[in-house]
Amino acid sequence: MQAAITIIVLVAVLAVAWRFLGDYLAAVYGGRVRWLAPVERLVFRALGVDPTAEQDWKTYAVSLLSFSLVAIFFTYGIERLQGFLPLNPQHLPGVTPALAFNTAISFVTNTNWQNYAGETTMSYLTQMAALTVQMFASAAVGVAVAIALVRGLAARKRETIGNFWVDVVRGTLYVLLPVAAIATVVFVAQGAVQTLAGPAHITDALNRVTQTIPRGPVASQESIKQFGTNGGGFFNANGAHPFENPTAVTNLLSIILILAIPVALTRTFGKMVGSMRQGVAILAVMTVIFAGTLAFTAISESQGNTAVHRAGITAQASGNLVGKETRFGTFDSALYDVTSTQTSTGSVNSAADSYTPLGGLGMLSGMMLGEVSPGGVGSGLYTILLFAILAVFIGGLMVGRTPEYLGKKIQAKEVQLATIGILVMPITVLVLTAIAVETAAGRAAPLNAGPHGFTEILYAFTSQGNNNGSAFAGLSSNTDFYNIAGSIAMLLGRFGVILPTLALAGSLAAKTPVPEGEGTFRTDSPIFGVLLTGVLLIVGGLTFFPALALGPIAEQLAAGRIWP
Amino acid sequence: MVLRQLRRGVVLALLFLVVCGLAYPLAETAVAQGLFGYQANGSIGADGSVLIGQTFSGSAFFHTRPDPNNPMASGGSNLGPRSAKLVAQVKSQIAYWNRHGVKPTNDLVTTSGSGLDPDISPAAAYAQVPMVARARGLSIRSLDKLVASQIHQRQLGFLGSPYVNVLQLNQALSRIAGARPAGATS
Repeated sequence: MQAAITIIVLVAVLAVAWRFLGDYLAAVYGGRVRWLAPVERLVFRALGVDPTAEQDWKTYAVSLLSFSLVAIFFTYGIERLQGFLPLNPQHLPGVTPALAFNTAISFVTNTNWQNYAGETTMSYLTQMAALTVQMFASAAVGVAVAIALVRGLAARKRETIGNFWVDVVRGTLYVLLPVAAIATVVFVAQGAVQTLAGPAHITDALNRVTQTIPRGPVASQESIKQFGTNGGGFFNANGAHPFENPTAVTNLLSIILILAIPVALTRTFGKMVGSMRQGVAILAVMTVIFAGTLAFTAISESQGNTAVHRAGITAQASGNLVGKETRFGTFDSALYDVTSTQTSTGSVNSAADSYTPLGGLGMLSGMMLGEVSPGGVGSGLYTILLFAILAVFIGGLMVGRTPEYLGKKIQAKEVQLATIGILVMPITVLVLTAIAVETAAGRAAPLNAGPHGFTEILYAFTSQGNNNGSAFAGLSSNTDFYNIAGSIAMLLGRFGVILPTLALAGSLAAKTPVPEGEGTFRTDSPIFGVLLTGVLLIVGGLTFFPALALGPIAEQLAAGRIWP
Repeated sequence: MVLRQLRRGVVLALLFLVVCGLAYPLAETAVAQGLFGYQANGSIGADGSVLIGQTFSGSAFFHTRPDPNNPMASGGSNLGPRSAKLVAQVKSQIAYWNRHGVKPTNDLVTTSGSGLDPDISPAAAYAQVPMVARARGLSIRSLDKLVASQIHQRQLGFLGSPYVNVLQLNQALSRIAGARPAGATS
């Protein structure tokens, strides 16, 4: 009952976000939102950018790579130098090179994988000026790429796909900053901390317990961490920490913030290509996968924990509470973690490592399907559009016609680019997982034994290869091996998909749309939705089933049960 | 072409640093301190923060879950459901509670995700009533009433799980029980 009301409220709020934020995003990226025009003009002047001048896909890509490269240097530099910089009340030393490198890549690629505990590693300045900054920047970059691809689909015989600098600036100014600014205040009102004063030292007058309580500018990071589907926690415990996610209200707010842009972008897409039904078809596929995974995970978590059962607590009406917070309970925990892994967020409010085998499988599956349901800000839309192109290609093979998508003929080049974009992630994940289990450095890291330990490794590379950032956190991954291998996974998972996507955008933009004919396969129909869902499940399933069989599935069967 | 874009990258990275990395969090800090000073500084009162779990020991206080409650090292145990260590930990928790005459609930024998869970379920609070009543010389009925008065219902009627904040419960307990009994602290 409580779960049903939560879902209804969530759906209602997201419907509003879809309707209004979707249109707003289309207006922002169409240059029709002007309420910060004077600020915008100043920024464009500083950049030396003419906002009306568009770029071809190569210039767009070079701009994106330039910005990301500079961002990696900035982030790395601040981390390394934090010991000499202000706003460091705990006098933390500079971050070590391998960890600083991994963290810089992690935040610039929207991954937010964390091989460190924030409260004892990062100064306030690093949290603000390095990490929070990239939460805005990487989110703006992700949405920009999605918009560029949609422009390519909507264009008729054009060389250009928009201007990267303009897209990033407008997305940040008109969307990310205003919403994050308001959400921050709600987080604080509920109990999230937002202070520059250092840790608090307390002595309880009741039982004379003393504690040192770390604090910091947490709420301002929390809001953009969710809204930009970043997920990096200020504290090690991330969304489970009472200073980050103090109440069930902030828990639901987090979930809404995470889903708002990815869901709304399907409307933006529909609007920009001139057919809302196309956007709805994509949204429907996303919704089916999300709902299925949520049900699967929530039911599994409601069944209790086998270790607790074996220890003698046979009635676990409250479900599997290991690694979960009392104030959230099982359902709100599963909802949060599923939301986070169906997008590129990766923030967790409950320990994924302590989920039931099938609950953990639910979280893995969202990432393994490519994070498309609804996926990260921008990355969800552009990845599912790659799958849509693959789906119309397969549909075309079945009926023996040249496939089209939104009036654009899908030819060899488009299929190749889409395929590269789709396959980069699984290849990266599986190869790196294989290397890790074959090397002593890789095998030294898991906390848990047996299949669960394998899942910790598989999860780490799946998460980084998808720029998710959540973890089966038992893995001791602050080692040279995992810092470097993880960085490779994050870079390939980000730019290995973005570059073919932009090339695809350029290639599609140059085409002249062909009018819809008798034999055109309609991509706004339920049949297309079924086909696209099938392609997603088959590609993800065929690629990852063997690995899953060694991990969560083996673990589940070892417990002597199939379901749940 | 590359050099020009790189220069733009540097300029934009600097602008992001100033606007999103300094102006935004500093302005939010000012607003937060102005509007919600208590929350923004960690909800800290005379007995610590109500949001951060504390280890209460002895039978004269209600206990939190068996979390480490070390705020400088937040996080869960990360033990999986087939972990022998987890089974052993839960067993020792059950034995601990049995020694104190408490029939433990699920949450009283498991650790949380933050390692700092300040709350327990209402059932877990009721389960500890006989132990505290004995140690304090209070009636079960009066403590049951105390627990009932401390239950936080689901937010907005449907969000999260009902819970009891252990620090608030112990503060309320010391108000009705008077001074701290001898030997109650470790």
